Amino acid sequence: MRMNARRLLRGIALVSALTLGATACGGSDDSAAEQKPVSAKDIDAALKKGGTLKVWAWEPTLKKVAADFEKEHPKVKVDLVNAGTNADQYKALQNAIAAKKGVPDVAQIEYYALGEYALTKALDKLAPYGADKLAGKYSPGPWNSVKSGKDVYALPMDSGPMAMFYNKKVFDKYKLKVPTTWDEYVKTARDLHKANPKAYITADVGEGGTATSMLWQAGSRPYKVDGTKVKIDFSDAGAEKYTDTWQKLLDDKLIAPITGWTDDWYKGLGDGTIATLTTGAWMPANFVSGVKDASGDWRVAPLPQWTEGDTTTAENGGSSLALPTLGKHKELAYAFAEYANAGKGVQTRIKEGAFPATTADLESDAFQNTAFPYFGGQKANKIFAESAANVGRGWSYLPYQVYANSIFNDTVGKAYVSGTKLADGLKAWQDASVKYGEEQGFTVEK
Amino acid sequence: MSTPVTTASRPAPATSGAQGSAPRLRGPRKRTEGRLPRRSVLLTVLTGLVLLYSLVPLAWLVISATKTQEGLARSFGLWFSGDFALWDNISETFTYNDGVFTRWLLNTVLYVVVGAGGATLLAVLGGYALAKFTFPGKRAVFAVIIGAVAVPGTALAVPTFLMFSEMGLTNTPWAVIIPSLISPFGLYLMWVFATEAVPDELLEAARIDGASEVRTFFQVVLPLLAPGIVTVLLFTVVATWNNYFLPLIMLKDPDWYPLTLGLNSWNAQAATAGGEAVFNLVITGSLITIVPLIAAFLLLQKYWQSGLAAGSVKE
Repeated sequence: MRMNARRLLRGIALVSALTLGATACGGSDDSAAEQKPVSAKDIDAALKKGGTLKVWAWEPTLKKVAADFEKEHPKVKVDLVNAGTNADQYKALQNAIAAKKGVPDVAQIEYYALGEYALTKALDKLAPYGADKLAGKYSPGPWNSVKSGKDVYALPMDSGPMAMFYNKKVFDKYKLKVPTTWDEYVKTARDLHKANPKAYITADVGEGGTATSMLWQAGSRPYKVDGTKVKIDFSDAGAEKYTDTWQKLLDDKLIAPITGWTDDWYKGLGDGTIATLTTGAWMPANFVSGVKDASGDWRVAPLPQWTEGDTTTAENGGSSLALPTLGKHKELAYAFAEYANAGKGVQTRIKEGAFPATTADLESDAFQNTAFPYFGGQKANKIFAESAANVGRGWSYLPYQVYANSIFNDTVGKAYVSGTKLADGLKAWQDASVKYGEEQGFTVEK
Repeated sequence: MSTPVTTASRPAPATSGAQGSAPRLRGPRKRTEGRLPRRSVLLTVLTGLVLLYSLVPLAWLVISATKTQEGLARSFGLWFSGDFALWDNISETFTYNDGVFTRWLLNTVLYVVVGAGGATLLAVLGGYALAKFTFPGKRAVFAVIIGAVAVPGTALAVPTFLMFSEMGLTNTPWAVIIPSLISPFGLYLMWVFATEAVPDELLEAARIDGASEVRTFFQVVLPLLAPGIVTVLLFTVVATWNNYFLPLIMLKDPDWYPLTLGLNSWNAQAATAGGEAVFNLVITGSLITIVPLIAAFLLLQKYWQSGLAAGSVKE
C-alpha cells in the first residue's frame, strides 16, 4: 500500500495517539485503566487548594466565564488560550498529545470531532466525575453527541439546532413567500434569481458540515459506528432526497459560489446577494457583529421540511469541553467545565450571545421571550428551541470526521464546479472515507 | 518614475544569484552615463506594468485601512468609502483585546533583533572564516551550505517541532529564535562577499603590523564588509519578520505570537460561531506590520544595493 507523506503523517499522529492512550492507561497514576471516581468533595478540596488551569478554547464567551470562575474561586487561575479555531486547534492538540507535552487541562472540541479523541482514549471519561448525573440537563441532540458507546467524554457547551435565516427585505422586495418545504425553497430560489440575477437563495461551495446536517435532516444515516467497526453508506432514501433537491439548485446555478465565513460572504449577507442561510442557532451573534449593516433586514423561520407539515430538524455545529487524559488538575478541569456548561456559566454565556444546550434554559420564559433587535424584535429563540426539541434521532459522525470533512471538497465539491453529479460526488466521498478508514485500521463495512 | 521600479524589481535577481547578474545590470549603465539614455517604449510599458502589479495591492491595503468594518463591505475595494476611519482603526488595533497587538509587535521585534541579528552575526563570522582561512573539511562545509540553501525551511519545521518538544522548548520564544539564527544563504553570501571585498594583502599587512586576528577582524575586516552585512541583515530581517509557518507550529500561547500569527488569529475570529468579525483591524494591523519593513528598505537602500554589486567586480 502506498501512502503519500501527508497521509503517513496523519497515520503517525493517530498511531502515536493510540499508543499514548494505551500507555497512559497502563502506567500513569491519575488515569489508570479504570479511572477512579472523583467525588464532589475531592473537587471542592481542589478548588480550595487552587492552581492554574490551562484551557484551550476559541469560544469567545468563555472569557467572561473564566473571569467569573476565578472570582468565585480566588485560588484558581484560569489560563484561557485560543490555540486556533476548529481544525487548527485539533492539529495543535494532536501535536501536543503526540509529543506528550503542553496538553491543556480542558479543551474545546466540536461534536463532529469528538469521536476521534474518544476512540483513541485521548480524553477522560466523565462519568467517574459525576457527569452521568447531568444527562437530564441537556437536550438529547448535544447529549448524544458527547457520548461514545455508553461513556460520556465531554460536557456539551452549546448546540446548533438548525433554522432558516432569511433576508426579509429581499423577500419583500421581490414578493417572495418564505418557503416551508425544500421544494418551495427551490422554487423561491428560481424566482429570486430570475427577478435579480445578482441575488441567490444561498451561498455554498461544498462544505462537509453543512452537507452532513442536511443529510441528517433528510433522514439519511450514512455513518454507523461501533467501536472500531464503521459503516459508510450514502445510498439511503434520505441521501437521495437531499441530492435530488440540491442538484436542482446546482444545475440552474441558483447557489452563490461564495465560500462561507469569508469577507465576501459577510458582504453578501449584508447587501442582499445571499437571501437565506440554513444554519445553527448560534448564528445570531455572528450576524450582530459581522453584518451590522443589515440590522433589521433579517428574520428567522423554521427549517424548510422534506415533507409538508413535518417538523424534523438537525444540528449544525456546536461544541463541548473535554478533559484530555494527559492534562493535569483534573478536579479543577472538571469543575470549570461543569461551571461553564451546566452551572452559572451557562447564563453568562447566553447573555454574551451563545446558544445553550441545557433544556432548562432552552425552555425558560426569559430565554424564549428574548426579543432580538437585530431581527426586528423577533423572538427568535422560540423557533430555535422548537428546532432543538425536534432534532432527528440516531445520527452519528465518523470517528475520523475531521479528516472526512477535510476531503469533502475534493470529492463532493466537484459537483459545485463541474458537471459531476452530486450523487456521484457523495459516492466518491464514501469511497475515499472507506479507504482512509481501512488504512487507519478500522473495520469498514461498505 | 524609474527609481521605484528598479528597487521593486531588484530582489528577484538578488535571490537567484546576486553575484552573477548584478554586475551585468550595472556595468552597461555606467558606460552609457555619458551619452543620452536610450529609451524603449516596450521597456517603459513593461516596467509600468510591473510597477502597477506591485503597487496595486499596496494601494488596496492603504485605502482599505481607512474604512470601517461596514464600509469594507459597502464600498469598492480600490476607492475610499464615505467615512474616513484610519485613525479610529489604528487606535482600535492597538487597544482591541486589551492591547494584545502591541505585545505581538514587541514579540516580532524581539524575534527580529535576536533572531535576525544573531543570524547576521553568525553569517559574518562564518563567511569571513570560510573565505580567508584554509582548514580541513572546508569543501565538506561548502557542500553542506549549498545543500542547506536548497532545503526550504518549511520542510524542516515539523521535525524541528518534534525535536524542540522533546527538549521542552515549544511554546517559548526560543522555539522561534533558535531556528531563525541559521541562515545558510546569508552565510553563503557573506562568504562570497568576503572573498572579494577583503584583499588578502590587507590581511597580511595587518598581521605583519602585529595586529591580533580578533583586532584584524573588528578594525580592518568589518568596515570592508559593511555593505554585505547590511544586505544579509535585510534578508534575515525580512525572513524573520514575515515568518509564519515556524511560529504557527511552535507557539500556542497568543502571548508569544508574532504579528503574522496574531493577525491570522484575528482573521480566523470571523469564521467561528459567536466570533467577532474584525476585518478592518486585520487590514489596519497588516498595514502597520509592513511599515517598518518598507522603512528599513528605503533607509538602507543605498547600502544593500552597493552590497550586492561590490565584490563582484574584479579590479
